[in-house]
Amino acid sequence: MEPLKMIEKDIQPMDVHPMNDILRMDRLPHIWCPGCGIGTAVTAFAAGLDKANIDLKKTCIVSGIGCTGRVAGYIKLDSFHTTHGRGIAFATGIKVANPDLKVIVFSGDGDLISIGGNHFIHAARRNVNMLVICINNFIYAMTGGQVAPTTPLAAYATTSPFGCVEPPFNIPYLADSSGAVYVARWTALHVRRLTNSIAEALNKPGFSVIEVISPCAMYYSRINRLGDGLDMMKFYHDNSEIRHGEDTKNLDIGFQTKIIVGKFVDRERPTYMDSYNKWLSGTKKAEK
Amino acid sequence: MRYWEVPFGKEKPKTPIGEIHILKERCKGCGFCVEYCPKDVLEMSDEFNSKGYHPPKIVNGEACVNCGLCETICPEFSIWCTLKEEVALEN
Amino acid sequence: MKTNLKAVLTGTHTLSGNEACIEGAFAAGCLFLAAYPIMPAIETIERYLKRSAEVGATFIQMEDEISALAAVIGASWTGKKSMTATSGPGFSNMMEHLGLGVMLETPCVIIDVQRTGPSLGIPNRAGQADMMQARWGSHGDYEVITLAPGSPQEMFDFTIKAFNFSEKYRTPVIVISDEYIAHKKEKVVIPPADGIKITPRRYFKGQKDKYLPFKRDKDFVPRMVDIGDGFKFHVTGLTHDDKGYPIMLEECQEYNVHPILWKIRNHVDEIVEFQETGTVDAEIVIVYYGATSEAAIKAMKQAKDMGIKVGGLKLDVVWPFPDKKIAELAEKVKAFVVPEINYGQIVSEVERCSYGNANVIFVSHGEKGINNTDDIVSAIKLALKEKERKKGIIEYRSQAGSS
Ligand SMILES: Cc1ncc(C[n+]2csc(CCOP(=O)(O)OP(=O)(O)O)c2C)c(N)n1
Ligand code: SF4
Ligand code: SF4
Ligand code: SF4
Ligand SMILES: [Mg+2]
Repeated sequence: MEPLKMIEKDIQPMDVHPMNDILRMDRLPHIWCPGCGIGTAVTAFAAGLDKANIDLKKTCIVSGIGCTGRVAGYIKLDSFHTTHGRGIAFATGIKVANPDLKVIVFSGDGDLISIGGNHFIHAARRNVNMLVICINNFIYAMTGGQVAPTTPLAAYATTSPFGCVEPPFNIPYLADSSGAVYVARWTALHVRRLTNSIAEALNKPGFSVIEVISPCAMYYSRINRLGDGLDMMKFYHDNSEIRHGEDTKNLDIGFQTKIIVGKFVDRERPTYMDSYNKWLSGTKKAEK
Repeated sequence: MRYWEVPFGKEKPKTPIGEIHILKERCKGCGFCVEYCPKDVLEMSDEFNSKGYHPPKIVNGEACVNCGLCETICPEFSIWCTLKEEVALEN
Repeated sequence: MKTNLKAVLTGTHTLSGNEACIEGAFAAGCLFLAAYPIMPAIETIERYLKRSAEVGATFIQMEDEISALAAVIGASWTGKKSMTATSGPGFSNMMEHLGLGVMLETPCVIIDVQRTGPSLGIPNRAGQADMMQARWGSHGDYEVITLAPGSPQEMFDFTIKAFNFSEKYRTPVIVISDEYIAHKKEKVVIPPADGIKITPRRYFKGQKDKYLPFKRDKDFVPRMVDIGDGFKFHVTGLTHDDKGYPIMLEECQEYNVHPILWKIRNHVDEIVEFQETGTVDAEIVIVYYGATSEAAIKAMKQAKDMGIKVGGLKLDVVWPFPDKKIAELAEKVKAFVVPEINYGQIVSEVERCSYGNANVIFVSHGEKGINNTDDIVSAIKLALKEKERKKGIIEYRSQAGSS
């Protein structure tokens, strides 16, 4: 077989972007629409990685499917673009097989909370050591704007033409009650705090979840007539309130209602590997 | 760093001055950087890049304080800032 | 790689098929199992757990079979040989990641202990109705190596072979057994560690920034690296180039998927294995695999005692199918008799490969269970009587019936 000519992109000498080391520059520009918040969250992630001061050689990233699912493909780490919803399950295998690795799962709300919901709650319950970054754009974006398990009541989507009739999941509450040890929510506008949160969570042992409320300029804001990405950012600016330590029960998001952001949970609990190793040493002792 | 060796109040506080870099070709004209730059350094230009987007232009370069906000908020990795110099604050 | 002596239980042991399977896995160097409990595969998980501490292997019970195979593929990329075990309902769940394993070209082993179906069927009764699912169950084009052991000893031997194939061809490999073999206890001989042939993982040895996860050697098999070794590679389930970057072009579809199939198809002769008995002058050949082996061998003996020239072809590797062997035999023999515990799966492959040169008689064990020697013998007699070359599959109907 003739080898396929790989699409090589020239890297311009002026491409000395400070994040060159962490991004796959040969894949830019990325696929995201103008005004999409995913790129902003990725920048914050790259900054957070830098700030966390961890060994990037021993760090890997896993994504599921969706617009957000493409994130892994732009990050210059050992990176996996897997199947819809299964990123956390895939990452669990990596982490348990080699506990020395740092594992990040970066995916969308539909991916992580709908089709992957079961893996999400079980990884939280087991407290598998990983950081989950969930871009919540309130919609299934990649497939064209269908209703998601996070779509606020009454919001429009292509599959909720009369307004969403299903109550959405409150992701921090779901993570908290399933056992996550670190839970935060920011919007794509809170880039600095998001960066800090990512850096902090990367050094936190256990299952950490950071929800990022992010504009989908193409579908969510268009279908709901909310303007473009910048209008969504302005909305976050005017309507988000930082309340660290807020009870996660109170974090529901309605259609264009106030968004409470902050760090809500930061606690200690034995991780899956802690418990596993304890069992293992018990077994070894019993053998002697 | 050993701060305590410098007598308090002897050093004037310094303000960083940034130099902005824009990869116009990569920009998708979302306007985030223009809207949220705390020093109103940027403005959308009338220029088009090859994909038909308007990249930002620098209108008030000296005011940039190298805060890096434009760099972090840009979804396209097309703008960033480096430190040009640090100047003592006049008061 | 150092051999882990604790992993190889050298000696003769009385083991069930499920237990022998896990001993085979440990002997092959398996260090990770993720699974979800299901009858009749459960003893594999129990055996793994029981031995994992001394072997140094890791085990996790996942929330379902979808995540179990996802975890196995993830674990395999850390450099640990990985496996999962399940039965029909779970095997159906795994089809999603069988496809991912094929696309990411990730070595791993899937044990499917067949029960009956569709859906839940009878959990503790042997079946052979997943044979086509193993071959075609996941969407898209692919080839998957599938071995069908017929005894606990073969469970041990074939599980080792499965790991070796998976490393050699960088692909998921299925071992398809059934409830009968899984629970049957038998003497299993485990050779000394240095007497077991192990295929090590084929690693990329070049410069860190030169690694391409899908760059193929002349065998079409790409090399692997481990997560954490600093190669910073990317892999995706989307159609991709050598770099692992998605490219949504027809041209790339061909570039990507063609070698995934042909890395197996080009090596069919090395992969396909079968056991032939008395086929040289046979008029009738019984084609059998897995749990039907015992009944087939007994029937063969009975028919021989009656003076019938009958031979046997036991399929050790079912996929890829031994097309050539069947075609070759079809030119010599009068008929094939194919017993299966299903309503016709492998028999259609036998018919396909006979090219109309031999009659093909199907013996469905149906409600009579697996030790149905009589029906096989009667089918042989029927085959012998038949003067014409019949088109298609002739279904043998039990004379005794179910009445
Ligand atoms: C098994 C499976 N079902 C459905 C799809 C189609 N699909 C692709 S992306 C997507 C939704 C993704 O939504 P979300 O995770 O919110 O990501 P977003 O695009 O909004 O970032 C769906 C349903 C698929 N790829 N695989
Ligand atoms: S469809 Fe929405 S989420 Fe997807 S890239 Fe476009 S703006 Fe972003
Ligand atoms: S670095 Fe800060 S001040 Fe300078 S242009 Fe960017 S946002 Fe404005
Ligand atoms: S934030 Fe980036 S993409 Fe948006 S206008 Fe500014 S430079 Fe262009
Ligand atoms: Mg979404």
